Amino acid sequence: MATTDPALQPRSRSAHRTVNEFSIQVATVNGSGSQTANLILIRSLFQMGIPVSGKNLFPSNIAGLPTWYTIRANKNGYIARKKEIDFLVAMNPETAREDVLTLEAGAGVVYDEPLKLAELRSDLTFYPVPFDKLVAAVCPDAKLRRLVRNMIYDGAVSYLLDIDLSEMEKALNKQLGRKPKALALNVGALKAGFDYAQATFEAKAAFRAERMNANEGKLLIEGNAAAAIGCLMAGVTVVAWYPITPSSSLCESLIELLRKYRMDKQTGQATFAVVQAEDEIAALGMVIGASWAGARAMTSTSGPGISLMGEFTGLGYYAEVPAVIFDIQRVGPSTGLPTRTAQGDILSTAMLSHGDTRHPLLLPASVTECYEMAVAAFDLAERLQTPVFVMSDLDLGMNIWMSDPFPYPTEALDRGKVLDQETLKKLGEWGRYKDVDKDGIPWRTLPGTDMPAYFTRGSGHNEKGQYSERGDDYQNNLDRLTRKFQTAATLVPAPEIDTVADARIGIVAFGSSHWALVESRDQLRDEAGLKTSYLRLKAYPFTPDLGAFIDAHERVYVVEQNRDAQMAALIRMDLDPARLTKIRNVLHYNGLPIDARSVTDAILAQEGLAVAHAAAELNGTPHAAGVGGE
Amino acid sequence: MTTPAGSAPGKKLNRIGLEVSQYRGGKTTLCAGCGHNAISERIIEACFDLGVDAKRVLKLSGIGCSSKSPAYFLSQSHGFNSVHGRMPSVATGALLANRSMLAIGVSGDGDTGAIGIGQFVHLMRRNLPLVYIIEDNGCYGLTKGQFSPTADLGSTLKNGVVNDLPPIDTCALAIELGATLVARSFSGDKKQLSALLKAALSHKGTAMLDVLSPCVTFNDHEGSTKSYSYVKDHEEPLSDVSFVPYFEDIAIEHEEGTTREVVLHDGSRIVLHKLDRDYDPTDRSGAMRVLHETASRGEYATGLLYIDAAKRDFCSLMNLVDQPLSMLPASITRPPASVLDELMERQR
Repeated sequence: MATTDPALQPRSRSAHRTVNEFSIQVATVNGSGSQTANLILIRSLFQMGIPVSGKNLFPSNIAGLPTWYTIRANKNGYIARKKEIDFLVAMNPETAREDVLTLEAGAGVVYDEPLKLAELRSDLTFYPVPFDKLVAAVCPDAKLRRLVRNMIYDGAVSYLLDIDLSEMEKALNKQLGRKPKALALNVGALKAGFDYAQATFEAKAAFRAERMNANEGKLLIEGNAAAAIGCLMAGVTVVAWYPITPSSSLCESLIELLRKYRMDKQTGQATFAVVQAEDEIAALGMVIGASWAGARAMTSTSGPGISLMGEFTGLGYYAEVPAVIFDIQRVGPSTGLPTRTAQGDILSTAMLSHGDTRHPLLLPASVTECYEMAVAAFDLAERLQTPVFVMSDLDLGMNIWMSDPFPYPTEALDRGKVLDQETLKKLGEWGRYKDVDKDGIPWRTLPGTDMPAYFTRGSGHNEKGQYSERGDDYQNNLDRLTRKFQTAATLVPAPEIDTVADARIGIVAFGSSHWALVESRDQLRDEAGLKTSYLRLKAYPFTPDLGAFIDAHERVYVVEQNRDAQMAALIRMDLDPARLTKIRNVLHYNGLPIDARSVTDAILAQEGLAVAHAAAELNGTPHAAGVGGE
Repeated sequence: MTTPAGSAPGKKLNRIGLEVSQYRGGKTTLCAGCGHNAISERIIEACFDLGVDAKRVLKLSGIGCSSKSPAYFLSQSHGFNSVHGRMPSVATGALLANRSMLAIGVSGDGDTGAIGIGQFVHLMRRNLPLVYIIEDNGCYGLTKGQFSPTADLGSTLKNGVVNDLPPIDTCALAIELGATLVARSFSGDKKQLSALLKAALSHKGTAMLDVLSPCVTFNDHEGSTKSYSYVKDHEEPLSDVSFVPYFEDIAIEHEEGTTREVVLHDGSRIVLHKLDRDYDPTDRSGAMRVLHETASRGEYATGLLYIDAAKRDFCSLMNLVDQPLSMLPASITRPPASVLDELMERQR
């Protein structure tokens, strides 16, 4: 065992230890029950007041395939995925070799002793742990060992990285407090791991956690759970959905919330309806039917579902029926990487369906925005009488993020232009598709009220809603829909802009890419002296801010997580051609959440500046490049 | 669209004081003699006779000749001509939003049996309270007469092409999957269709009516099993159907053992007079057997095929509050700040 003795390793010293700036990767087998152990790990760091984030890189599989969980702790608040792994917990025999070989020198590795990983490298610090032996001692029931085995690595990591053991116990108690037997077993395993590490390893890791106070008042939540709370607060009444990763947890969370908070106390009856539809086509059909009849209705899906919803979305656009659709974006069609993240549905969703169609997109970048934009989407959809998409992604939707508590909505629900007796009197004459207010938005009537009825159709109707195949009726209608989209630009959230004096470079990003950009801009400034301004898009249609931002900079990098520069393509379609020569692209599309280093390197390369930190490509994945740029 | 001021003297008024003209819709654009127009007429009559409040009706359809027809009846009702084969989902959403509405869905044999078969089967499973009418002519009229999935084996197109695939029996499918009122009728059988429509409009659950409705332009020739003359000659009524609405306390006189009665949830009665056989529409497997037997003889069993007046419909399974979801005020639908606080606390 001499080679695995940390005391003999070249970098085992306790003299210099990096504080609150490290990433931990746990490599396990899907279905092995590592979720609780990983949650305890991230939670205990969070409880110590250190900014953290967690990324679950999981396969499309119930059990047996490799899965990785990456936790990043960072005192500066950088919570994007970090490309480099500082500390590995290697539990999966299948991937352990590659997991170790791709680490950068100086990293630490806790591993299952029989895997004999220490032989692979001499520039890492290895901490072999006999998991089977330790778990057998603390868990007499062999059938339960699989479930508590992972808690042993939490214990070992707690000792090696100075993550407070009492915080781990506290986190465990929060997680398993209602199951005292399971709690006791897990605490036993946790302590066994800690004690073993303490007794065995002479030196601790080169990285350590130290209590700080950055998380006061904050909470941890997944984007899908946040969006579900948003739907609840928006007063949703009809939900129709079809299960699909990475979107299912949104509706599942929402169902739980509705059952708890939206049952009539007197009668025990529901003030909502949820249908698990036969497919995504039916899901959107139900939403359109419900919204047409006056309910606040939503569905949630991912790219494949969006494709299926194409025809109904077009009908919603032309018949002018509200709908709220969440797209938790993931990598491309069918099998392969359905459980990996991307921002690949931007272009197809903005123009979903046949004929001339454009749809408002909301672009949440944080769990708070998943919540806020969920609320806003219902108001927008009813105000504009059109389908509205909330473009989240797997990284945002299924991973845990830190957040301040969500603000309770300050505005009343906006139910839009629904005709009542008083308005009818004022208008004198009513036509379903008449632009009486010159904002492109007509007045609608709801079935079951005393308001005049109309017959709802797709494209072929005149202002009164009557069937028409006249060219001028069709064209007038399309032009009014264009005016409506212009109105939409005044209603959607404006971008967040950080203008830096003297910055010649502008960066445009959106959604979950934001966190990498925060860090990348600091890297560009600190490593290359490159000042950048930043515009974070929060919605489509674009507001005039975008054009002004491009005008104010010499070059503008549009950063996005897809191959085809989809947001840049939308910008090219909608903006003055004179501005377009300024646009450059930074594209990230390997299925992993975007990281700052990749963005920084790509921008520096295009700026002709030396890449200060020539990061080796990890895991054989390509980093962002200027594909598609000028 | 507007109610005429005062009714012309001598005009017949229904129980809510309306003339039949107030149940009409726009002028039909379907071919003269199309069976679908006859079905629209029967819907108008049935709603008039029952005193249906048109403001409480939803008209829904998919795409095709059939699906245009909701524009030709009940112009005072909200209507939704949706997309091809997807009317069931729109109807489901609309009824969940406002379950106090009476919903009439009109589809065709292609709209139901081909592109819409997925939504059709799930609609039947759910037993949504909807009158679902298939205007069944065995062909695609709007695209010039191609076979649809209800075309019978061996039936021919105008140009002589023979259909070599078996038909989908939408009634058998509906019974199998859970629809609670299933009937087949013929657009040319005024009396039977009227009675069945009234029963369907009074039923609580999915009422699936497959109405053979000959396409006079593309499928009314020798060799077609959906032509007017073929259907007329091969219609085999299982019983003579009459309908007694709850508001008419009429005792129908009949000889002992010659009729069966089914009482609907609102107290209305479907009265079935025995013909050649004693058909029991509550016997599910018996209904399936009769459908198979008559089909194998090249005949159409018509009338009330199956009924279960007691099964819970989809909206009642949802355990919804009485007030339509679409009408709930924000004070009910938006939880107070204390709920958000509680949820936030849970995430700390």
